[in-house]
Amino acid sequence: MATSTHEGPAPHPPTTAREGPAAIGLEGVVKTYRSGQETVAAVRGIDLAVHQGEFFSLLGPSGCGKTTTMRMIAGFEEPTSGTVRLAGRDVTGVPPDRRDVNMVFQSYALFPHMSVADNVAFGLRRKNVPKDEVRRRVGEALDLVELSGLHRRRPGRLSGGQQQRVALARALVNRPGALLLDEPLGALDLKLRQAMQIELKRIQREVGITFVYVTHDQSEALTMSDRIAVMNEGVVEQLGPPAQIYERPASRFVAGFIGTSNLLSGTVTTGVGEYARVEFDGIGHVLVRTDQTSGSAVDVTVRPEKVHIGADEPAPGMSRLRGTVGEVVYLGASTHYTVVLANGAEVVVFRQNSSDASNAAERGDQVWLSWRPDHSYALPR
Amino acid sequence: MKAKTTPYLLVLPAWIWLAIFFVVPICGMLSVSLMTGNVLDGFTQTFHVANYAEAIDRYWRQILRSLAYGACATALCVAIGYPVAAWIAFRGGRHKTTYLLLLLLPFFVSQVLRTISWRFLLADDGVLLGPLKSIGLLPEDAHVLSTPLAVVTGLAYSHLPFMVLPIYAVLERVDHRVVEAARDLYATRAQAFLRVVLPMSLPGVFAGVLMVFVPTSADYVNASLLGGTGTTMIGNVIQSQYLVNNDYPMAAAITFVLMALLLAGIFGYARALGTERVMEVRA
Repeated sequence: MATSTHEGPAPHPPTTAREGPAAIGLEGVVKTYRSGQETVAAVRGIDLAVHQGEFFSLLGPSGCGKTTTMRMIAGFEEPTSGTVRLAGRDVTGVPPDRRDVNMVFQSYALFPHMSVADNVAFGLRRKNVPKDEVRRRVGEALDLVELSGLHRRRPGRLSGGQQQRVALARALVNRPGALLLDEPLGALDLKLRQAMQIELKRIQREVGITFVYVTHDQSEALTMSDRIAVMNEGVVEQLGPPAQIYERPASRFVAGFIGTSNLLSGTVTTGVGEYARVEFDGIGHVLVRTDQTSGSAVDVTVRPEKVHIGADEPAPGMSRLRGTVGEVVYLGASTHYTVVLANGAEVVVFRQNSSDASNAAERGDQVWLSWRPDHSYALPR
Repeated sequence: MKAKTTPYLLVLPAWIWLAIFFVVPICGMLSVSLMTGNVLDGFTQTFHVANYAEAIDRYWRQILRSLAYGACATALCVAIGYPVAAWIAFRGGRHKTTYLLLLLLPFFVSQVLRTISWRFLLADDGVLLGPLKSIGLLPEDAHVLSTPLAVVTGLAYSHLPFMVLPIYAVLERVDHRVVEAARDLYATRAQAFLRVVLPMSLPGVFAGVLMVFVPTSADYVNASLLGGTGTTMIGNVIQSQYLVNNDYPMAAAITFVLMALLLAGIFGYARALGTERVMEVRA
């Protein structure tokens, strides 16, 4: 970085390389099922582009259509309408064996009658890769997932975590255009899951392959993803990097689904510069950044860790509300307060238990809640 | 002490059952197979091992024919039973049990009646051959009854469920996602079947083959009702030695020859297939 040359293009780190067509493109994808007389829509129209080399997550509650979306990318389901593109090529109607994507199944779906090595070699053998190369690449793939030396084992003799690594190696060894992961860590316990999250991220950085990760676990998606598409009832509610999804939820659903959010119902009264004044019923008003016009009903959202709790009057310019401390939950590193406002609404506040946090509020205390106006947003109701 | 003996006490009835209805008769038969004499003067134990030599010498043709018919019927059962089992397991949906019941329904009727029905079906001018002959697809003198084909067909028909059920039981447990994984890893439908589904279902085929081959090789009903003089199976020989000629030692000796051959065949088969390796699939 000390010297700069002016020859050639600057090398792109894999996560930001965006040359050429998107690794995966979905255009107006709809999937409906017939269930008896009724038609049930699993996916109601999705447009998105997953960039080359990106760690992309489809996040949402069960039944939101995320798995169906992934299965349409893999080719196990065909969209009712719309187009699926892989590296720019329209693959709608192309069977899974002729799509350059590989999947890691939630249940791993390893071949129980084959050794670990044969499982991993399966895809390469179908593509008639020469024997020597198969052996070399299987070895490399097993090294990558740190399973060297287990070549001859059968999947049934492996632990859950090891099976999961075999499933990963079996897909990665083919160097697909994109790797699809369907809640691959769902069956692991918490410790192992957290270790595998970091591991997956490392592997993805090393191989530079596009990962599409389906999960209902928001912390998993926030930890690993370059971008997240939050899905609900068959549509993408919000698409963006984790920080944006978390800090600026675009809808009531996203605010509620990702992390803990405080939602306070109010009405926009007047604009104050780029801020608007939102009036709450009987408990005062705050300033928020919003594009909602005056008179519209909104939910003001603010993250619990952004709210300051204290007995002293807040500094001018801060949004403020007054309330009574309800529950106090001490969690070691932090304390969670539930503060009841005069109109009965509750605000959750997280406070780090740092060394200067001496004057802690107690149950029944009258307190001031305050936050910077740009830490809160008004969502249309 | 008590806890240790309880399991043995619990299997005791089974052991007693086996002793009375299996071990004792087998030993009795073994003893009879070494006797000499005739039914009028009575049989005496002379440890006449030559009975066995005579049994093989006189009836090796029927023994070989029985094993051949058994093998053909087993092959036919695999060829018909595997697709049926696969269809019920993968395409049966919520009617699986109904299809299985339909498969077993004919077997609520006595085997003799069912086999006799086949005589009508396969008769020279019966429902099957009659029309084919009248439209000239078969020559007038064509016949199926009394031929090996009739016997093998009958054997396969009467033992088909014993092939379908074990294969179905295994296929039903094959996780569909494993098939999807194969398709995802560039396998065509045919390759996914040959490389994944078929090997995973081999324990079922293995069980089915045993359950069909052993009884069909020793069967005598089909050969006596559908066959002719040239299709006598070893089961028919044993039956006539016992009930017609009353040559009990000879009948017993043939029985043991057949049993020895079948056991040797089963062990060879299990070894060749690698039971342990195959059984691991189910774990």
